[in-house]
Amino acid sequence: MCEAAVIYNQMVVHVLSELEIDRIFQAMADATRRDIIKQAMLREQSVSDLAKRYDMSFAAVQKHVAVLERASLITKERRGREQIVHGNPESLRRAARLLEAYEGIWRQRVGRIGDILSDGLEGAKP
Amino acid sequence: MSVISVQTDPENLTLTLVAEFAAKKERVWQVWEDPRQLERWWGPPTWPATFVRHEFVEGGDCRYYMSGPDGEKARGWWKILSVNQPDGFEFQDGFAGDDGEPSGFLGTTTCVVKLEEQDGKTRMTSVSSFESAEQLEEMIKMGMEEGMREAAGQIDAILAETSVR
Repeated sequence: MCEAAVIYNQMVVHVLSELEIDRIFQAMADATRRDIIKQAMLREQSVSDLAKRYDMSFAAVQKHVAVLERASLITKERRGREQIVHGNPESLRRAARLLEAYEGIWRQRVGRIGDILSDGLEGAKP
Repeated sequence: MSVISVQTDPENLTLTLVAEFAAKKERVWQVWEDPRQLERWWGPPTWPATFVRHEFVEGGDCRYYMSGPDGEKARGWWKILSVNQPDGFEFQDGFAGDDGEPSGFLGTTTCVVKLEEQDGKTRMTSVSSFESAEQLEEMIKMGMEEGMREAAGQIDAILAETSVR
């Protein structure tokens, strides 16, 4: 348990910058961008291939890709005339870890509620 | 008591936790309704919570602060959105300014709590939904830190009490 707390601590204080985290979650707050992440995770592909999947302009898809790139959720590289997009699983894992830390808070709360219930069970009336 | 399941959804920023307690749901309700009991578990031992206002009714307002190890105070508020005693309730939780009133800082967390009783045991499901990662991170800073080690000490102290109320 203590070790877990130390890990959460380091994670929150050192590994994640607030700006970075905020960018990740803002980026993921959009259904199209979530789908782009999924596609990019499955296999690398060009922005123009991605654009064909959605009912929107190439420029709009390019904007979504830029938001995801700023959040480090995907990486983009130029290959000839094409811009190739890859997924970045590490950033998604960071988002998940943040929620895990909050889970730790609730696990502690449940433990404390359990203690209150067991020591105050007799004659516990409001 | 034990945590039955936990589900996190990073894309939608929600945490769903199911816990089971060896008590009737009216009893579990009290740990939320009674501010003195709530104070014993809402904050970790290093950041204990004090509820200065606790209107546990629909539309009710709550004001609390958590006292940090260096004497700093982190203030917060709840707005009770709905109450269906003793089956469940819903509230918003947010940060407050030095005056104790909602500051709008980082938006609100919505928490839906459901209590279900079976064979004298109560299952508590809480679903917390966040607006942003920044908000989530701030909550983690206040609610967590090295508290786990000290939690063990606090639990011992509670267990040592012969009768509480």
